[in-house]
Amino acid sequence: MEILILLLALFVLSLFLGVELITKVPPTLHTPLMSGTNAVSGITLVGALLAAGSDTSPMLVNVLGFLAVTFATINVVGGYLVTNRMLSMFKRK
Amino acid sequence: MSPTIVNLVYLIAGVLFVLGIKGLTRPSTAVRGNILSATGMLVAVVITLLNAEVVNFSYILAGVIFGGVIGAFMALRIQMTSMPQMVALLNGFGGGASLTIASAEYFSVLNVDAQSLAEFMAPVTLGSSAFGTGGEGQITLISIGLTILIGAVTLTGSLVAFAKLQGLIKKNFGLPGGPAGNALLLIGAFIALGCLIASPGQSVTVITLVTIALLLGLFLVLPIGGADMPVVIALLNSYSGLAAALAGFILGNTVLIIAGSLVGTSGLILTKIMCVAMNRSLANVLFGKMAAVGEIVDADEIYAGKVTSAQPDEVAMMLEVAKRVVIVPGYGMAMAQAQHAVRELADSLESKGIDVEYGIHPVAGRMPGHMNVLLAEAEVPYDMLVEMDRINPTFEETDVVIVIGANDVTNPMARESEGSPIYGMPILNVDKAKNVVVIKRSLSPGFAGLPNPLFAMDHTLMVYGDGKKAVVEITTAFNQI
Repeated sequence: MEILILLLALFVLSLFLGVELITKVPPTLHTPLMSGTNAVSGITLVGALLAAGSDTSPMLVNVLGFLAVTFATINVVGGYLVTNRMLSMFKRK
Repeated sequence: MSPTIVNLVYLIAGVLFVLGIKGLTRPSTAVRGNILSATGMLVAVVITLLNAEVVNFSYILAGVIFGGVIGAFMALRIQMTSMPQMVALLNGFGGGASLTIASAEYFSVLNVDAQSLAEFMAPVTLGSSAFGTGGEGQITLISIGLTILIGAVTLTGSLVAFAKLQGLIKKNFGLPGGPAGNALLLIGAFIALGCLIASPGQSVTVITLVTIALLLGLFLVLPIGGADMPVVIALLNSYSGLAAALAGFILGNTVLIIAGSLVGTSGLILTKIMCVAMNRSLANVLFGKMAAVGEIVDADEIYAGKVTSAQPDEVAMMLEVAKRVVIVPGYGMAMAQAQHAVRELADSLESKGIDVEYGIHPVAGRMPGHMNVLLAEAEVPYDMLVEMDRINPTFEETDVVIVIGANDVTNPMARESEGSPIYGMPILNVDKAKNVVVIKRSLSPGFAGLPNPLFAMDHTLMVYGDGKKAVVEITTAFNQI
């Protein structure tokens, strides 16, 4: 139970940190912010790797893990690449 | 690899994500921020693969190659005008990943190697203690249930949003009963969640929960129209982050919680910005229509005999004597792919010493920041793009405003007509400028379904036609003067 409380604390503090960070992002970068955070939410890849890579689980778990790895990888690769593509277009006068 | 080291590396990854988002607070540091964030991802993935729990690499390899190819293909081929569709799909895949992880976690604890459907559906004697000791088991089950619910809603909701943005679904329709139908689905989902906690061995409840949540995602987004998509996309972005954070609770994984909550707040803040910019509550966007019309406004009455149309060369002559020009783009510019033509017009104006800026409304386009990305693609420097609050006081000293493909965000009724459905919505006060040129296909109303008195004003000229063609013609005429 102590670990859960720690995780909860981490969650709540991260939410506050998120508010502080995101409110400082200028509107001109809101689209790259969305695609960039999409890439970050691909962090579920970490959980997906654990599910897909287990050897003791039933086949169904591996298949679900495979799907999760696929989805998360699309987010990571697609998200970072498209964000980079957009951001490199933003130029000063 | 000891769990201590793994968790320390996760912490490093979390810090890199934070620094990455911090980089996005300025265009000059944004590229570096994105690379920092990607490095954090790489670090987290590598340390997970070195983890002793990961032993079977065949499914992982298949998923990474499959997903990587799709992701790279999408990212490199997508047109900037289609960026809202891309983000909608990425939101959906994020939700899908959380949904499948939570389901995988559930079935791995259930541990039934089913050979047939009947065997798969058969209940297993299992208490919540299988998911953790004491209260932890129940909390894990709640996390699994909520991750499935939010993940599935995000998946199908985003797919519908994608289909709407792509023009594959044109009609807006919902369940009979509207919001009540969705509320019933939500109640159903919570009942399934309750059953799951009460008797975790029933795989039927999980399958029911997944099904209801997938349907809920469909019917939440199906009734919502195109111009409200900025809000929907931002909200689904938030859901995908929230689902990831919840998945972190299932797995006891710190980096999932940090990253997921950052994404969750990001989406939520963007949702709020979009709602404020439309002067509507979130509930109104999700469940309502536009506010009830107080007095019916007759378009013919407003427009009759008062609308002046102009040819490109007349506009060019007007621009020739201007000192300051503001360009106001809207979704119509994206539709007409006119961003490059607009930049060329601005270049011509600037070469004659005319001061040019762009006025950007927060909800112009189909997602937050849509116009900025389009104009960046056309190599318009970002410091020429001015937000609504800063551009509005300058309209009185502006000689010509060129409105291209924007309608509701310039409608003075939002400021003046108290009974109007859009009353109170912050707008770009383009009518305060000395002259207004509106490039539009016809006098047809915008998303709000209202006539725009701006078009009938004495100092407004309408240029009818395709946005790109009209801008090119104005530029040509201007260069010939």
